[in-house]
Amino acid sequence: MKPARFEYVAPECLEEVVPSLQRFGDEAKVLAGGQSLVPLMAFRLATPTALVDLGHVEELRYVTEGDVLAIGAMTTHRAIEHNEIIRGRCPMLTEAMAHVGHVAIRNRGTVAGSMAHADPAAEWPTLAMALDAEVDVIGGEGSRTIQAKDLFLSYLTTSLEPDEVISEVRLRMPPRGSGTAFLELSRRHGDFGLVGVACALTPSDGKIEMARLALMGVGSVPIRAAGAESLLVGRHPSDELLEDVAAAANEAIEPSSDVHGSEHFRRSVATVLVKRAIEAAWKRAGEGDVSG
Amino acid sequence: MGESREITLRVNGREVRGTAEPRMTLADFLRDRLRLTGTHLGCEHGVCGACTVLMDRRSVRSCLLFAVQAENRELTTVEGLAPSEEELHPIQQAFSEKHGLQCGFCTPGFLMAVHELLSEKPDPAEDEIRQYLSGNLCRCTGYQNIVAAVQLAAERTRGAAVPHD
Repeated sequence: MKPARFEYVAPECLEEVVPSLQRFGDEAKVLAGGQSLVPLMAFRLATPTALVDLGHVEELRYVTEGDVLAIGAMTTHRAIEHNEIIRGRCPMLTEAMAHVGHVAIRNRGTVAGSMAHADPAAEWPTLAMALDAEVDVIGGEGSRTIQAKDLFLSYLTTSLEPDEVISEVRLRMPPRGSGTAFLELSRRHGDFGLVGVACALTPSDGKIEMARLALMGVGSVPIRAAGAESLLVGRHPSDELLEDVAAAANEAIEPSSDVHGSEHFRRSVATVLVKRAIEAAWKRAGEGDVSG
Repeated sequence: MGESREITLRVNGREVRGTAEPRMTLADFLRDRLRLTGTHLGCEHGVCGACTVLMDRRSVRSCLLFAVQAENRELTTVEGLAPSEEELHPIQQAFSEKHGLQCGFCTPGFLMAVHELLSEKPDPAEDEIRQYLSGNLCRCTGYQNIVAAVQLAAERTRGAAVPHD
């Protein structure tokens, strides 16, 4: 189908954005990259009365690297994918970008758009949970900051109000010396992932001082496997420990069955990917292979 | 609501104008308003790649863009590849020689994606080619000859390729 009729507004600067949304009450949607929204409109699963296009708001396109990575809302996945500083500091982000759709999708799709869309099978919400991200939001009531865990409420549902727009996404970089990895299984390259795992480990004296583990595609929101993380802290990774950690991660997740995979299958995949992600992150931290 | 408006943009090096409602996709605008029917509609929801064009030198899904979003932008479609009526672009020539097409429906999308690929990676390995082009689906060829065409095109355009920004 073709999308239903809508009004179209393209504000030229950030100050115009919220007033543009408010003109239409609750009926307007923000158009960022459009790579999730426009397919929904083509199926007429979404029929907003108006679109507020952020495409001209250049002040939302930026990346500020550092111990906290600050990403302007309209930064594309491709810009993150090509950022060499991010590749050096937190390769899990670069690895994850390669799984976001396809090149043409990544050229238009945005970081904040993915966060606001809140698909639990998408990479950015999972990365946000792994790295204790927060988002700055502007809206009719003013600005506020929302932690990732308070942003993602359920499948395709966030705590954003209809007149609120994400302006910045901030991710806490793991301390220097950490190893990070992102693994995803999909049937074909670029398909929506069945299951994905983001892992960050910080070693100290051959033991894990800090662990972050978040899973994708295993519930209505991305899951931080806090129980699994606490099993890792203070320990040296071994095959036996990884079995326990994978089992703990399985306790934390609630995958559903659908045409792409059964619950049982997703749990099996989660087990394998959790172990592999920990091994990869440990190796990246310069700590060598996980022992037997 | 959402009345038609006039849009001005550059397509294949020339300034063009057309009218469209906001809801008209860039793909439909190219085909219906500009009569550039080389850009094809496959799935119309972003997964097949048949609608791929270049906007500001980057590949995009024209079915997921509204024409109004292309205002003042620089587009390249498949019609803009060949340097003249008599001569094919090296990528087109390679696809022809290596039988990288059968029905040709997916081909324009592939050509635009390959153009971007070779601008970024003038010497791609086979698995890089397959990964890069994973967003373009072909029902006819089984992809083998497409990969061979890309390799041939890469060989011929290496050295002449413009580095991507």
